[in-house]
Amino acid sequence: MTNHDTDNHDHDHDHAHHHRHADSERPGHSHAPTKPWQATRAEAVEALLHELGVIDSARVDEIVQHYEEKVGPKTGARVVARAWTDPAFKQRLLADGLAACAELGIGGPETELLHVVENTDNVHNVIVCTLCSCYPWPVLGLPPAWYKSSAYRSRLVREPRTVLAEMGLSLAPQVEIRVWDSVSEIRYLVLPQRPAGTENMSEDELAALVRRNAMIGVAKVAAPEVPS
Amino acid sequence: MNGIHDMGGLHGFGEVPVETDEPVFHARWEGRIFAMTQVLDTTGIYNLDEHRHEIELMHPADYLRDGYYGRWLFAMERILDRKLILRRTEVDRRLDEQAANIPKFSTLTPQRQWPLTAQQKIRWGAQRPEEPITPSFAVGDRVRVRNLHHSGHTRLTAYVRGRAGVVSKVNAESWIYPDTRAHNVGDNPQAVYNVTFDAQELWGDAAEPGTKINVDLSEAYLEHDET
Repeated sequence: MTNHDTDNHDHDHDHAHHHRHADSERPGHSHAPTKPWQATRAEAVEALLHELGVIDSARVDEIVQHYEEKVGPKTGARVVARAWTDPAFKQRLLADGLAACAELGIGGPETELLHVVENTDNVHNVIVCTLCSCYPWPVLGLPPAWYKSSAYRSRLVREPRTVLAEMGLSLAPQVEIRVWDSVSEIRYLVLPQRPAGTENMSEDELAALVRRNAMIGVAKVAAPEVPS
Repeated sequence: MNGIHDMGGLHGFGEVPVETDEPVFHARWEGRIFAMTQVLDTTGIYNLDEHRHEIELMHPADYLRDGYYGRWLFAMERILDRKLILRRTEVDRRLDEQAANIPKFSTLTPQRQWPLTAQQKIRWGAQRPEEPITPSFAVGDRVRVRNLHHSGHTRLTAYVRGRAGVVSKVNAESWIYPDTRAHNVGDNPQAVYNVTFDAQELWGDAAEPGTKINVDLSEAYLEHDET
C-alpha cells in the first residue's frame, strides 16, 4: 500500500504528544491511552455547550442517528432507479435536481442546488471537491473517507483517467471524462448508465443495483449476475 | 488564501485509500463533532464560510495530521473561543478537573456572548433571493479566471487562476460571495458560473487526453477573455 495519507481516521492520535494544544499537555492531563485525545476533548466541549444551553445533546443524538441510519446511498439509488424507469422524471431531474428529489420526499441541509450530470456511452462524469469535501448529503449521506482524502482531492482534477483506473474503472480512450469540482454551494450527482440485462427489472430491483461509487462517478453500475 | 486545503493538482499523496464496508463514523467522537457542528450551524454564531476559513487557518501540518473531523473539532473550538461563546480555557479547565477526579466542576463564569440577540445572529444560507442579480456572462462566453491571491477566504482554487475556459452553465440565483461573507463584510450576492476547462489549459503537457474539468466560480473571479 502506497498510501501516505493521514486523512482517513484517527488511529494514530491516541498519544498526548500528538496534542496540538500545549496548554493541555501539563502534568495531570494524561488520558486513558486507548482513548484518542480528540474524543476526550469533544466530550468536554459537548458537555460544556449542553450546560450552557448552546446545544442540546438530545438533538445531537438525533442528527448522528439520522446520518448513520436514515440517509445514505440508498436514498440516491431511489432517485437513479426512478430516472431510469420514468423518462419524464429524468428530464425534471436533469433540469432541477432538488425539485425532482423533493417529489420523492428527499431533501435536507447543505444542498441549495443539485446539478445531476448524466453518463452516456461517450461521456463519463465524476465528482470531487478539491477545497474541502462538498458532497450531496441529502441524496448520498456523508462522503466516504477516500472522497475526503488528500490523494483523491489532489489527483482527480489532474489525472482522472489514471485515478479511475486505479479505483477499478478503466474507460476506453474515446470516452470523454468530465470532472466536476464542486467548490461552490452547488452540489452534484452522477446519473449512471443503466446496465444491460435489466430491462425487465422493477424500480426497486434496479435501486438495489445502484451503489454509492457509481453516483460519485468512480464506478459503473454492474449488470445483475445471471443465475446459472 | 493559498493553503494546504487547496489541493487540486498537488503531487505526492499516493493512491486513493479505499476502505471496504466503511462505517459512517469511524469513532463515536466523529459523529458527535459532526452533529454538534450541525446544531451550531443553526445558532447564528457563525456562517458556513467562516467555518471553512477557520479550518483553512490551521497550520498545514496539523491540517494533514488531524483528519477530517479533527479539523472540524479545531474549527469549532476556535470559533466558539473567538466569539466568546465557550473559551478554550474553560475546556482546558474542565479537562484538568476531570483528570484530577474533582467531584464538582467549577462554576462557569456568566460573562459570555450567549444567548445572541436577533441582531447578533449571523444569517445562514447560500442564497439571497430578495436581492436579485443580473449575470454578466452567458453560456458559451470565453472567460479568464482572475489571478487573485488574497490572504482571506476564497473558493477560487489555485489551479484555475489565470486560465481560460468556457461558461457552460449560468446559475443566476443570488449566491453569496464567500470571500466577503467569511469575514462578515457583506454577502455581495452574484451569479455562479460553471466553467469548462480543457485539461491541456490547466495541466499543459501533463494533461490526460479526452478530459475536461468543470469548476463553479463566482462572478467576481472571472473576466471576459480578451485573447
